[in-house]
Amino acid sequence: MSAAVDVRDVTVHYGDVLALDGATLAVGHGRVCGLVGMNGSGKSTLLKTVTGLVRPDTGAVAVDGVPPDVARRQGVVGYVPQTEDIDWDFPLSVRDVVMTGRYGRMGPTRRPRAADREAVAHALARVELTDLAERQIGALSGGQRKRAFVARGLAQGATVLLLDEPFAGVDKRSEATITRLLRELAAGGATVLVATHDLHALPGLADEAVLLMRRVLRHGPVEDVLRPEHLALAFGLDPLRGEAS
Amino acid sequence: MIDLLLEPVSYEFMQRALATAVVASVVCGVLSCWLVLVGWSLMGDAVSHSVLPGVVLAHVLGIPLSIGAAAFGFLAVALIGVVRSTSRVKEDAVIGIVFTTLFALGLVLVSVTPSQTDLNHVLFGNLLGVSRSDLVGVVVLGALVLAVLLLKRRDLTLLAFDPTHAYAIGLNPRRLSALLLGLLALTAVVALQAVGVVLVVAMLIIPGATAYLLTDRFQVMLLVAPAIALVCGVTGVYASYHLDTSTGPMVVLAQGAAFALVYLLAPRRGVLAARVAAARRRRQLVSRPA
Repeated sequence: MSAAVDVRDVTVHYGDVLALDGATLAVGHGRVCGLVGMNGSGKSTLLKTVTGLVRPDTGAVAVDGVPPDVARRQGVVGYVPQTEDIDWDFPLSVRDVVMTGRYGRMGPTRRPRAADREAVAHALARVELTDLAERQIGALSGGQRKRAFVARGLAQGATVLLLDEPFAGVDKRSEATITRLLRELAAGGATVLVATHDLHALPGLADEAVLLMRRVLRHGPVEDVLRPEHLALAFGLDPLRGEAS
Repeated sequence: MIDLLLEPVSYEFMQRALATAVVASVVCGVLSCWLVLVGWSLMGDAVSHSVLPGVVLAHVLGIPLSIGAAAFGFLAVALIGVVRSTSRVKEDAVIGIVFTTLFALGLVLVSVTPSQTDLNHVLFGNLLGVSRSDLVGVVVLGALVLAVLLLKRRDLTLLAFDPTHAYAIGLNPRRLSALLLGLLALTAVVALQAVGVVLVVAMLIIPGATAYLLTDRFQVMLLVAPAIALVCGVTGVYASYHLDTSTGPMVVLAQGAAFALVYLLAPRRGVLAARVAAARRRRQLVSRPA
């Protein structure tokens, strides 16, 4: 049985900059895996190799046993972007954004059918945004914005969900909602990869964690990976007490 | 009063001028919605200038102008992409270098082409001199661009909003960018007839930017932007007739005026509304009991 996400000996350069250096990890179905590391440790790059957006110089990535290019056409991979990557003044409603999760299943003009509208309504209900569905996407709070993008992944029917810093600028209540939601998704068989600075959120969220510093320093149970002597390897000091920089 | 409106259209050249202005305004107005959201305003300027050598060469070779324009539009974008990614020069500088050079090439070609192509018409448009066959070309090309834009509108909007997601669900953002670019080059040809190379960029930005200040719905933007452009196009042509001023610039002037009005007076996003709201908030703070 193949892993849901299988990254094998992946090296990525951006020009002269080494972003990933022989990274290897496998995450099984129904697991929530936290990717931990400093800025520039390759977290986002790793997620982008899984979507196929970044092609490894060497090594291989497989999603459900197939290359990312095949997986993305099957609509398997859902992606929740970093807050900075989105133009929050964009004139789309929450419902419009969630509907874009369905585009891979629609005809060439992406005209929504009843099934698409239903899937969107259902996804919005699951993230508790039904009442705010007609709001412009930027008129939501930080946590609500993240939930809207998770809803997009739900509407898509993604079985591998990638989240880049889902807790940045998110209040505690939304954090709890997102955590519960991701746990539910994993219980339903989905695989969730979360790149995060927020180490406090990990124990309640993830089954396993990966400590990343261009390569995988440790991969295992959250408690083990978050031990101070391990974190010191990736952050240079204890980030649970001091501010890591 | 009614004569002011009816008298101009008794002339055939005015009918053609109005029709051309209307088609160009609507097509540019629709396209401008995506250009301002993708952040391609400078790219619009670059492509609209860069098509000039293509238009001149196509004219000389006797092939459709749109083919020459599209070829040079893509050439410009390819050059910009190559130079940006293989040198340390920043993108805005690369765009500036590429489009001015191609534009200059176009001007040189115009100067050595023995034909009726008048440089002034190329630069500033020639609405009053639009021939019947010119008008047919504008209408056909405009209809084609409009049809493709409307059929692919949801994909193009997703491209503007979140290309990473578009890629992750199996769409091809590069192909969509190329499509938008091709449509931009064709639209430049349409608008060139109306306002000329220099002012095309106004028609490619102002309507979308104006509509963006009025609504938070892309679907509404897609109606408001061409509507504004249409009103400005007709207003500009009439004003130029009665004031005896050049036509293309009057159309652009009308669009600029429309933007200024909306910028100041828009109900929610306007400068005035923001001032009033801020003043009201201050008053409430002061009058609130301690």
